Amino acid sequence: MATEILSGKVHVQTTINGESVDFLAEPRESLLEVLRDHLGLTGAKEGCNNGNCGACNVIMDGRLVNACCVLGVEAADSTIETIEGVASPEGLHPLQQSFLENAALQCGVCTPGFIVSAKALLETNPNPSEYEVRWWLAGNLCRCTGYDKIVKAVLQAAEEMRTEG
Amino acid sequence: MAVDEKTYKVVGTQPVRHDGVDKVTGRAKYGVDASMPGMVWGKVLRSPHARARIKSIDTSRAETADGILAVTTGEDYPDTGPGDYMDERAIARNRVTYAGQAVAAVAAISAHEAEEALRLINVEYETLPPILDVQSAMAKDAPIILDELRTETSGSFGNSPTNIAKHIIHEEGDVEAGMAAADHVFERSYTTSMVHQGYIEPHNALAYWNPDGSLVVESSSQGHFGIRDDLSKVLDYPKSKIRVIPAEIGGGFGGKTTVYLEPLAAVLSRKSGRPVKMTMNRTEVLIGTGPASGAHTTICLGVTNAGEITAAKIELAFEAGGYPGSAVGAGCLCAIGPYGIKNFRIDGYDVIVNKPKSHAYRAPGAPQAEFGVDCLVDEICEALNMDPLEFRHLNATKQGDVRADGTKYHTIGNIETVEAAMATDHWKTSLGEGSATKRRGRGVGSGYWMNGGGKSSAVARLNEDGTVTLLEGSMDIGGTRTSTAMQLAETLGIAIDQVNPIVPDTDGIAFTGVTGGSRVTFATGWAAIEAAKDLQAQMVSGLSDYWDVSSDAIAVDQGAFSQNGTTITFQEAAAVLHDDGQEIVGKSTVEPSGAGNTFALHIADVEVDLETGKVDILRYTALQDAGTAIYPPYVEGQMEGGVAQGVGWALHEEYVYDEDGRMRNSSFLDYRMLTSLDIPMIETVIVEVPNPGHPYGVRGVGEVPLVPPLAAVANAISQAIGVRIRDLPASPHKVRAAIASSTQ
Repeated sequence: MATEILSGKVHVQTTINGESVDFLAEPRESLLEVLRDHLGLTGAKEGCNNGNCGACNVIMDGRLVNACCVLGVEAADSTIETIEGVASPEGLHPLQQSFLENAALQCGVCTPGFIVSAKALLETNPNPSEYEVRWWLAGNLCRCTGYDKIVKAVLQAAEEMRTEG
Repeated sequence: MAVDEKTYKVVGTQPVRHDGVDKVTGRAKYGVDASMPGMVWGKVLRSPHARARIKSIDTSRAETADGILAVTTGEDYPDTGPGDYMDERAIARNRVTYAGQAVAAVAAISAHEAEEALRLINVEYETLPPILDVQSAMAKDAPIILDELRTETSGSFGNSPTNIAKHIIHEEGDVEAGMAAADHVFERSYTTSMVHQGYIEPHNALAYWNPDGSLVVESSSQGHFGIRDDLSKVLDYPKSKIRVIPAEIGGGFGGKTTVYLEPLAAVLSRKSGRPVKMTMNRTEVLIGTGPASGAHTTICLGVTNAGEITAAKIELAFEAGGYPGSAVGAGCLCAIGPYGIKNFRIDGYDVIVNKPKSHAYRAPGAPQAEFGVDCLVDEICEALNMDPLEFRHLNATKQGDVRADGTKYHTIGNIETVEAAMATDHWKTSLGEGSATKRRGRGVGSGYWMNGGGKSSAVARLNEDGTVTLLEGSMDIGGTRTSTAMQLAETLGIAIDQVNPIVPDTDGIAFTGVTGGSRVTFATGWAAIEAAKDLQAQMVSGLSDYWDVSSDAIAVDQGAFSQNGTTITFQEAAAVLHDDGQEIVGKSTVEPSGAGNTFALHIADVEVDLETGKVDILRYTALQDAGTAIYPPYVEGQMEGGVAQGVGWALHEEYVYDEDGRMRNSSFLDYRMLTSLDIPMIETVIVEVPNPGHPYGVRGVGEVPLVPPLAAVANAISQAIGVRIRDLPASPHKVRAAIASSTQ
């Protein structure tokens, strides 16, 4: 919906993880700040605040974005998917399960970004090569794992998702 | 590859970690996620100057600005006395010794308002020219950064002002005789840049100073007891009034073992009466926390024609940063670790420069120290036409050899690791051809780390359904809740999913040291074993009451209890005891000294683009002796992560300074850490030579994999281009320059 300025704050209506959400944001606040500090969705993390680490990855209108580089007010009338929306009441997403089975996390702080990023990849390319996975995930920094087990986890999840069809 | 085959039920398996689901769903609460009702935000004003006297700080405008709740400066903190400079390291007093040092902080309703208020603080500086490298700082007429500093050598202090905070000397055998016995003496100098640990989660703290004087702090750290103790010192406040809640931690690698924001948040909370949260941005993390020292080292080795090292002379000069306390001490202990050398002298210098106060980074001191030694070894191998693994096998440290500090090595897996490297497919497979514009090279690097013991505590609580809640004092940075729970489960003879491990706050568990030095799976694992034994003994005692038999009549096997032909499972025993009115809690605090040393060996294949100087990693194999690998996928994970950090150190990462001492690459765009595209799959080989100093043979694994990559990559590049790389990082412009120098 159109936005309305209320004492320096803007009223924004949007859809997050399938639910209609209203919030008030200062125009200078990033979507990441809105998610974390106003809406309590702290799964997306701030690692760099300039689009270089991917820890804040969310999917906005079907496109992978760094929430730190999107303003909260830009989220008006959009559809946003965050890590909190990846699992379903039926259980974990295959990517989440695969990350656990492959020990693809150590400290885990980059994990939400990687899972959201990998989900966006598999939605457009269900059968990526190792190189394609590495290329796509190059926007996500992990300092613990050396990436091996993350890449393996994504490849395994892709295979499982193809098999499940 | 296990050297000593023991059969374990839980140890060595691959369960899903207990905290896994929280971490893949985004629900895990890290320090940066902490919040409280009424919470406000704090921000830090940092010095733009690398070396300056603070003439005055005027906070009056900030204090009266709208929305500003509190302001703090160095005046608010007690003088912690000489020595470790804890006061100035938290917030400057009347001088700054690096650009990025905290000078003031404010609390405001929002983070943006707090940031804006920083501009209202007026600090008058008298700037001085900075000193940015150890050689300038050690020069005879060098300006003095800390006027009161005197060099400490073996506990006594020099008389004259200096930038050398400490001079460490280790001597063994007869170096001159050893050099005289050598057929060849090689001497070279090496440099490495200051680098950052690069954890993805920035530092953070949420503090609440209650009206009754109790202080509660939640932050992500590598040891909440250490944070409590540091806070107590910086604030001169009783430990008993401080409670530190351990949030999940988003990486540390040694960098989160001291306070940065915590004392500032505490004082801002005391002044404002509100819970105050502070988080750093990435630039603050890079310029305002403790990276690993850059180092200048000179290595001299004497060798016989047969390739035996007869003597070593090592000089290590480490950038301490703006205050004393680099990891040069550990560097001295590790420098020649992989090599059993009878005659050596090692000199270490802790040198003040106008850069951030350095702090621990994974095997602190060892990568810088061992880099030069392993590069020189490669040069010697080339000169003697010896295979670098044969050379390492011939000179490998063995049981009974003496470390720099006089400690004798116990059972170690150094030779086993070298032999395992010789047996790898990687070593046996040829490097393959490059092309007209790309040259290939293969290099190896060794690594040694002591591993640590220290104090750890655990409490094991038996629940009525036969599960056990394991309370343990070690912050879990990468799976140690599970690796300690596995040792408890193994001891009790129960399944890993019957154990629920948690890390309570400083009031909820007895003292436990830092999560660092590769000590947690070793020491806290041991505490879990002892708590399990205590729990089991109490169960036997309880069952003896219940059954009315003596404890000796009860046999325990695989978790089941039997007497007189009756056997009940662990689960049944728990129910019986609960119904009998008995609640059972096992506990232990251990301080084991038998940490088993760890050795590693890495093989790197690189391809160097002769036009651009860019280096690609073609293949990489990492081997190390883990002792018994309790939780193998996470042992591999430590090895793989260490390789990626080490390759970054070797190729890309550095603190780039301008002449005024300001870091010019303080973002993740310009401080270049490895991405998934920069490294192939890493082949790992876990060698298992169990540590006789631990019930399950644990050594500790996290530190050592950061050590070998620096030399392995540098040696590989050297082989590819035919010019020695002695200055890291081997960034494209340096590699190009090296190539150009060889073709002139």
